[in-house]
Amino acid sequence: MSIQATYLGMPLDINDLDVENLAYFKHCAAHDFHLQKCSACGLLRYPPTTACPWCASPKSEWMAVEGRGAVHSYTEVHHAIQPAFRQHTPYLVLLVDLDTQKGKPTEHEALRVVGNLVTPDGTLAPPDQVRKVGIGTRVRMVYADVTEGLSLPHWTIDESAPQPAKPWRYPE
Amino acid sequence: MAMPAETDTTIPKYLRDKYAIVGVGETTYTRGSGITTRALGTWAVRNAIEDAGLKPADIDGMLSYQSGDSTFSTFIAGDLGIRPNFYMDVFGGGSSTEALIGIAIGLMEAGMCKAVAIFRAMNGFSQVRIGGTGARSVAPVSGDALHGRAYGWQSAGQMFSPTFMRHMHDYGTRPEQVAAVKAIHSEHASNNPKAFYKKRFTVDEVVSSRFICKPLHLLDCCVETDNGTAIVVTSAERARDCRHPRVLIRGVVGRCNKPRTDMHYQHGPISTVAGHYARDILWPNSGVGPEDIDVTGSYDAFTFTTMLQLEDYGFCKKGEGGAYVSDGTIRLGGRRPNNTSGGHLCEGYTHGQNMVIENVRQLRHDADDSCPVGPDGKRRHTYDYREGGCRQVKRCELTANLGWANPGTGSAMVMRND
Repeated sequence: MSIQATYLGMPLDINDLDVENLAYFKHCAAHDFHLQKCSACGLLRYPPTTACPWCASPKSEWMAVEGRGAVHSYTEVHHAIQPAFRQHTPYLVLLVDLDTQKGKPTEHEALRVVGNLVTPDGTLAPPDQVRKVGIGTRVRMVYADVTEGLSLPHWTIDESAPQPAKPWRYPE
Repeated sequence: MAMPAETDTTIPKYLRDKYAIVGVGETTYTRGSGITTRALGTWAVRNAIEDAGLKPADIDGMLSYQSGDSTFSTFIAGDLGIRPNFYMDVFGGGSSTEALIGIAIGLMEAGMCKAVAIFRAMNGFSQVRIGGTGARSVAPVSGDALHGRAYGWQSAGQMFSPTFMRHMHDYGTRPEQVAAVKAIHSEHASNNPKAFYKKRFTVDEVVSSRFICKPLHLLDCCVETDNGTAIVVTSAERARDCRHPRVLIRGVVGRCNKPRTDMHYQHGPISTVAGHYARDILWPNSGVGPEDIDVTGSYDAFTFTTMLQLEDYGFCKKGEGGAYVSDGTIRLGGRRPNNTSGGHLCEGYTHGQNMVIENVRQLRHDADDSCPVGPDGKRRHTYDYREGGCRQVKRCELTANLGWANPGTGSAMVMRND
């Protein structure tokens, strides 16, 4: 069933034909992160795709995946483009390497999942937290609930994980 | 000129130097053109045909690129009395220029037309802003964009920055090294009366300008402008009858990709860009290597894009791009100047065409706008590159254009003179 909703003032729209995204966000709405696992080669993939990027098999099943990992890279946005983000600057866009399947199928690959740095309740993180996070920071997945069947996965600092002494940050 | 020994080829050797760029043209680079993209495209194509010494009736192929922000080829053809035997308007921005030149060669090789005009017409400041502000920033988020724009990850700068940041992390690249790209291109622009920004900037001014999205300062980003640009490609044989000395196309690679081009960040190293793959087509096809190139045109949507491409096409070792762009090599008077018109950072934003146009003029030995004109109507280049001075590179026989769509996709072309 198609979904139309508004998040931070932005219209989000998933149509009936987009079965991969409907399934992906349905799991997110249950706060139970799932990715497609290829039925032929067994590799997980992100973001949702129609066929397997490694073996082209069209068959896959949704598998629960732990939402934990480390920041691979990031940008800290000071000049927001979308009006809804202007009141939240600076905000972080994080590319996070999941622990699951890191370095597979080749050493250069990982499931790199996009999200903002948020507080555990899913709201964009305040500046003091933005200043703490860099490449290597351990994060865990939390969600911003948008509507029934649609939550956006995000990242928050994993307070229970051992953190690097000094995550790499843009030199100030 | 003498060419190095052949290495390998992935195209038939006979295509090398078989086609030429015979005409280049543009409109004024402005913010607020006050005219339609149809008018911009018409004037640019008309100028390029005029520059070639051809008539509109000599053109029988048209190609353009756009993203729903321009006018289709048929209307420009109608305005100029061109009857195309082939036309195609493709979806695309950066890296389209070189890719369409490759397509133009294929069209002529297939016998489908004889002379092709390629144009890009855009009101990139006053209508559809290239930075993504305005109407584009409030469009509904659906499909693949749910994993991008929904996170405030939309503009080119925002989308590319994790690549830039990771390069600094992986190789210790410093902000002031990359800022040198803007400083040097601004020096070039100060010698280019056509440039939208002619003011010279220092590295300090770049790194102390406000942040847009780290690691990009305002002055690490290019200028949004309104302009039309056009290029005419025909066979090297027909080029003999055109107005200017021939500029021959040595080899092209078009829209070459990193793995996982649906979302290139899935495949690392993310500090490596498409040029890493494209170079294995470009150099063998061209029969030359980076060490042979006199002038580069490395796409400068951002300071970082220039650096990353020069590095991945092999102009320096991987990881040493920061040193390469800041040690004087890419400056006019240096060993291998880059973007001598000021490029996207200063001259104007054209999705790549102005860098090809500039290198055509460099190869014609006619890039100058300031040096005295001799009795034969030609510039007497002074090679004095001080502000307001000469822009022509003294020795320019081979150029390389490195076009950028995003970290995962790029195009490139090598040209030479006779």
